[in-house]
Amino acid sequence: MTDPFENPASSPEGGSGLADSASTATDNLGVSGHGHRKLTPEEAAAMEEKIRKVEIAISLVLRIGVTLSVVVIAVGLGIMFAHHSEYTSFTGSFSYKQLTSSTSQFPHSFSALGHSVASGQGRGIVVIGVMILIATPILRVAVGVLSFLYEHDVPMALVTLYVLIVLIGSFFLAGA
Amino acid sequence: MGVGAVTPLVFVLSLTLVAVAAGVLGSLIGLGGGVVIVPALTILYGVNIRLAIGASIVSVIATSSGAAAAYVREKMTNLRAGMFLEIATTTGAVSGAYLTTLLPARFLFAFFGIVLGYSAFATFRKRHAAQPLTVSNDRIANYFNLHGSYFDAAEDKEISYKVVGTKLGLFLMYVAGLVSALLGIGSGALKVPAMDSAMHLPIKVSSATSNFMIGVTAAASAGVYFVRGQIDPIIAAPVAAGVLVGAMFGAKVLGRITSKTVRLVFVVVLVVISLEMLQKGLFP
Repeated sequence: MTDPFENPASSPEGGSGLADSASTATDNLGVSGHGHRKLTPEEAAAMEEKIRKVEIAISLVLRIGVTLSVVVIAVGLGIMFAHHSEYTSFTGSFSYKQLTSSTSQFPHSFSALGHSVASGQGRGIVVIGVMILIATPILRVAVGVLSFLYEHDVPMALVTLYVLIVLIGSFFLAGA
Repeated sequence: MGVGAVTPLVFVLSLTLVAVAAGVLGSLIGLGGGVVIVPALTILYGVNIRLAIGASIVSVIATSSGAAAAYVREKMTNLRAGMFLEIATTTGAVSGAYLTTLLPARFLFAFFGIVLGYSAFATFRKRHAAQPLTVSNDRIANYFNLHGSYFDAAEDKEISYKVVGTKLGLFLMYVAGLVSALLGIGSGALKVPAMDSAMHLPIKVSSATSNFMIGVTAAASAGVYFVRGQIDPIIAAPVAAGVLVGAMFGAKVLGRITSKTVRLVFVVVLVVISLEMLQKGLFP
């Protein structure tokens, strides 16, 4: 708000309204060589409004992803305990270490995961919940691209699109 | 627990409590909570380090998404700066995957142990000069409009700030992505100082924005951990659920505590991570 406005186009000599709007226009095209961009109050308010919409969209995606994943994980855990009565006592001879050793069996490929869920295994459902959790940030980036496009914020849409491509690319590069 | 074994039920319940604590701490200072989860699993529960690291990735994503939902809504996160800087972190993470064989891990641990030690010192030194900038000559920050404001409940006022040093910030974020891919830790630990010291974002915004970004970096490598069999459901379930609850609670706390407190908690955790890395590098 109190920015010194150093763009030569708005120096006292050339400080007419015309020069002001011209300099703003070139700055918005990203060809300004002077670095400073001063938004008019209306533009600032419009920008604020745009940012707010994107924020709300992204916050919503995160909340839905997180809630869904917790519910699925809880259901999976419940089924896991319901199927194995030896897990659920507070005292007993069955140690958790049998489930957390390097030889413990749990799905770690998509086909095994599908098989595990199809046969109603709790551990498979838990992994599905974890998958939803992992997918949430990626989905959040995708929603970012769409929101910025919808708000006609091309530079930020390109930035987010690049991030999305690198993210998806990293999955293939890793051979997942 | 005396007689008999620790049953899976007791394991799940107790680990959930540990995870809640990890989620609160992680969401407050913009780190993933792996700082708590990995030592708890390996030392307290004797879990294999491979599975502990898999759980740590889950905890990072849970902290990030759990807290970010609230931080973004409350405008504590600088969404545009975060998404802009993700260019560098994701690129760093991908290039890190190819550099693993070039440098010995021991050297990297020692080197970044020193870097984080210095960051802790720099972050601590800044504790009195917490005034945000009102002017920015940074062309990139101005072009993408990365500046912002947030409501600070502890000071009971709206705080506007300008962003500077985006080039240095991008470089440091690239390094942060690189390190997290190479060493599996330290991504948030480098992101917060990059925003706080180099780009002059307020510490709370740095923390919330780092928190927002770490989920994306972690998600990029989560697929690999799954395929390698490092995501054990009996560990992941309590970690994910507990951390999410903790992170949602932590997100409510950040606004109310003072910036100085956030900074000091961050410095303490940074010193711990730095010592941990130095130990791995110098006395493995």
